[in-house]
Amino acid sequence: MHLEYNVEGGDFTRAGYASSQIKKTLKQLNVDATVIKRVVVALYEAEVNIVAHAYRGVIYADINGAGIQLRLADEGPGIADVDMAMKRGFSTASREVREMGFGAGMGLPNISENADNFSIDTIVGKGTTLNIEIKF
Amino acid sequence: MLVKEVVEKLNLKVFSSKEGLDREVKGGYTSDLLSDVMGYSKEGQIWITLQTHKNIMAIATLKDLAAVILVKGFEPEADTLETANSEGIPVLGSDLEAFELSGILFNMLK
Ligand SMILES: Nc1ncnc2c1ncn2[C@@H]1O[C@H](COP(=O)(O)OP(=O)(O)O)[C@@H](O)[C@H]1O
Ligand SMILES: [Mg+2]
Repeated sequence: MHLEYNVEGGDFTRAGYASSQIKKTLKQLNVDATVIKRVVVALYEAEVNIVAHAYRGVIYADINGAGIQLRLADEGPGIADVDMAMKRGFSTASREVREMGFGAGMGLPNISENADNFSIDTIVGKGTTLNIEIKF
Repeated sequence: MLVKEVVEKLNLKVFSSKEGLDREVKGGYTSDLLSDVMGYSKEGQIWITLQTHKNIMAIATLKDLAAVILVKGFEPEADTLETANSEGIPVLGSDLEAFELSGILFNMLK
């Protein structure tokens, strides 16, 4: 099964929409509840990162009997120092975004903890692509 | 303990989703950082926070939380209530601070 969702940068009112749709799909497919929980955490953080840090992006989800493969490709500023970005607590989020409770710098580390495979491809000034795999 | 018993004992305001009051409460989680709640809260917990915007309902829904309690007299924004009602997750309110409320709830649930 292949699913695609567009995500707009800056639009926090819709943040989490794609995550909830994919969660519903996984439930309908009777995927194990603990696996769904891991997908939800990783996917929500990756979705919010497009909203918080990029201009726009697309979420591609491929689901088969073995697991779910997520690709989140955005047009945005890219990440200059990926090792730094992966550190718990590191965030470049604006003050407004922090006041909403986002920008704790826990997103990428939480994705990494919940994924079986996780990689970041990024080009400064162009955009970022996350590949996240979670096995069933 | 059910959400409605927590509402009665803590004298909470019910802003939304009366149909969710019969749900079992499995614990609590207190935090205003959304990624913290996303990463570490557990299904069936009550979330204590001062955040009032709509994204708290996205998190409560995605994490299957039992209810959200807003502290210090904060009130939910209109679109927060809309989402809460469509998802059936009660948004509750207290005049207490997070520290006091968490302490009382902790003792009630242990
Ligand atoms: N899609 C993205 N595009 C550009 N920068 C990003 C993206 N995702 C993450 N980052 C950078 O990595 C940092 C850490 O991300 P994260 O751990 O999710 O924390 P937070 O989003 O709370 O800042 C961000 O503050 C930002 O600088
Ligand atoms: Mg983030």
